[in-house]
Amino acid sequence: MSKILIRNGRFLDPSTDTDLPPGAGELLIENGRVVAFETGGNPIPEEGTEILDAEGAWVVPGLIDVHAHLREPGQEYKEDLASGGTAAVAGGFTQVACMANTAPVNDDPSVTKYILDRAEKESPAKIRPIAAATQGLLGEVMTEMVALKEAGAIAFSDDGATISDAAVMRRVLEYSRMADAIVIVHAEDCALRGAGVVNEGTVSTKLGLPGNPAAAEEIMVARDIRLAALTGAKLHIAHVSTAGAVHMIRKAREAGLLVTAEVTPHHLTLTDEDTMGFDTSTRVAPPLRRQTDVDALRRALADGTIDVIATDHAPHASYEKEVEFTEAPPGMLGLETAVAVCLDLVRDGTLTPIEFIRRLSTNAAGLLSLEGGSLKVGSVADVALIEPNQEWNYDPARGFSKSRNSPWAGQSLTGRVTATIVDGRLIYDHERGVLIR
Amino acid sequence: MIGRDILGIEDLSREDIDTILETAERMQEIGNREVKKVPTLRGRTVINLFFEPSTRTQTSFEIAGKRLAADVVNFSVSGSSVSKRETLLDTAKTLDAMDPDAVVVRHKVAGVPHRLAKVLKAPVINAGDGAHEHPSQALLDMLTVREQKGRIEGLTITIIGDIAHSRVARSNIYGFKKLGAEVRVAGPPTMLPADVEKSLGVKAYTNLAEAIEGADVVMALRIQMERLEGACFPSVREYAATFGLDRAKLRYAKEDAIVMHPGPVNRGVELSHDLADDRPSVILDQVRNGVALRMALLYLVAGRGGH
Repeated sequence: MSKILIRNGRFLDPSTDTDLPPGAGELLIENGRVVAFETGGNPIPEEGTEILDAEGAWVVPGLIDVHAHLREPGQEYKEDLASGGTAAVAGGFTQVACMANTAPVNDDPSVTKYILDRAEKESPAKIRPIAAATQGLLGEVMTEMVALKEAGAIAFSDDGATISDAAVMRRVLEYSRMADAIVIVHAEDCALRGAGVVNEGTVSTKLGLPGNPAAAEEIMVARDIRLAALTGAKLHIAHVSTAGAVHMIRKAREAGLLVTAEVTPHHLTLTDEDTMGFDTSTRVAPPLRRQTDVDALRRALADGTIDVIATDHAPHASYEKEVEFTEAPPGMLGLETAVAVCLDLVRDGTLTPIEFIRRLSTNAAGLLSLEGGSLKVGSVADVALIEPNQEWNYDPARGFSKSRNSPWAGQSLTGRVTATIVDGRLIYDHERGVLIR
Repeated sequence: MIGRDILGIEDLSREDIDTILETAERMQEIGNREVKKVPTLRGRTVINLFFEPSTRTQTSFEIAGKRLAADVVNFSVSGSSVSKRETLLDTAKTLDAMDPDAVVVRHKVAGVPHRLAKVLKAPVINAGDGAHEHPSQALLDMLTVREQKGRIEGLTITIIGDIAHSRVARSNIYGFKKLGAEVRVAGPPTMLPADVEKSLGVKAYTNLAEAIEGADVVMALRIQMERLEGACFPSVREYAATFGLDRAKLRYAKEDAIVMHPGPVNRGVELSHDLADDRPSVILDQVRNGVALRMALLYLVAGRGGH
């Protein structure tokens, strides 16, 4: 296998708190591993070594998305493991955890194995299946977590099909301890949410669209934190969107509970005001909230209350979104825009570059007990190059996802992934596209 | 205003509203003629695109178009685009290919006319979108108040009922406020939308007497009894007792206050039987003005050369 030498970049490795200015370090990759991280001099590379000039770029551990919908099997018209995996590497993600709401549902080891087999053949990014927590996502009978873990599942979640029954949720959390994996929850009281499609408040009142109150999320976050305390399980709260939920998570962590949390790029940067034009690409679950919620989420990400940024990449066909606002399925694309969109938090000083990468990579590796998130010698050679100041125009039609449902479509974004290395192979280059499958 | 979409009162300026009302006042005269027809929109096609049945509004638009000699075509669709497997974009493109001069849209979901307007070349008139806006209703209400009171500036207008689910309430709030009136809303808290005072710039009441104290105009909204009873109020009887208007309660309002209702009235619920029929209620004036107002809208957006 070829060797790759990366030079001239700014090396950011949260796992070792390393932030080397351009020219101060070189990274040598061989046989899928980081074999040298030189900080002195510029050794003359051996013949046959591919040299990657990272001038103007950050060199970071490959990003890891703990929450994406890749739609295979069953909804390949929206996305499949090839298109989703390609969108991932184009966005700097070398590992992606995919949710269980496929058809059939990933609630059986055979489905988990199918996804892994297909991903092995088709996806340039490494795919980490999340299995369902209950059979058929019905919230009634728990899945065979031990067998699913054995088959390759890395976490358990019913995601959008929130487990309403607290007794079932309790058993799921208890049992998950045996599988030693996190349980990811989409916290929402479905009865209180009702038909709500936008945040309840001024925007829902002005638009005349059914509102979804922050309390619907917060009630379920409160319940699940109590159940985490009762069971001692590892609870991970997906796409936190309200200031009230942040507050409860912070208290739970202070109390020593094993509670972790994620936030999406859109909940960090958009508000319910962005829905004012009835653009269905802004319909997400949970809904976009108020500016005060966005501010609280940013603070929580900075102070560690929220561990990771997760895309909740949710592709939908155009024709599914070109309908009444209330009929449009919730969700938006995220893999190809996450870095550019979230770099806003670096630009406004919320996060330093190294803390930014920690929340997109190192913390995610820890959360899912995955190899990665590091540039240390001996680490798996998953690396991304990010040019933080490069401006580009995002056109989903020219992107790699099969779908186009993005509120950033047609916008100029700043910050671009220019190269992605997976297991030591340069797999994506933004000028040449996908190089190897 | 030729070619302009009329999607909501929130988007109209005070000048736009004045133009529309003045044009409607000129149109009223046509309705009094023996031959109620002028050739103004001859050769023009108006499509009434109704995704939700509404005999009254559809008929009003149809008569308005016909009095201006337009060819009015009713295009009724039932069910959501998902159930039909036809996107709104498909619908818009199909209509566009028929080259209408104006499209009047009614839909039970907020925002649909706005989405169609982005694609359609012809101007779109919103005839009611979900709980969002119903601009022609608000404009005919403003026309009626101006006719009855001689002005709108400085009046106090109270809207009673299910504000949360009412497009009529939202459009009237925007319109009357733009013309300088004070607007109050009243209803059970379960029927007031979130942050109503801050969001819509009105004062909200849960007590009818306080809400109509000194009001010049009292507007009752139709209650969707079948949908809301048991959910937003415990019983029709309790609603009628707390928010139903009768002559005794009306005494809290100004002596010369008028009573309005977008119709159809649930008699004995929003309004007592006698109040629905006689002065000071102006319900039939509203209906009559509806035709003139819609003539004005069609003329302004689809007329040749404008006024």
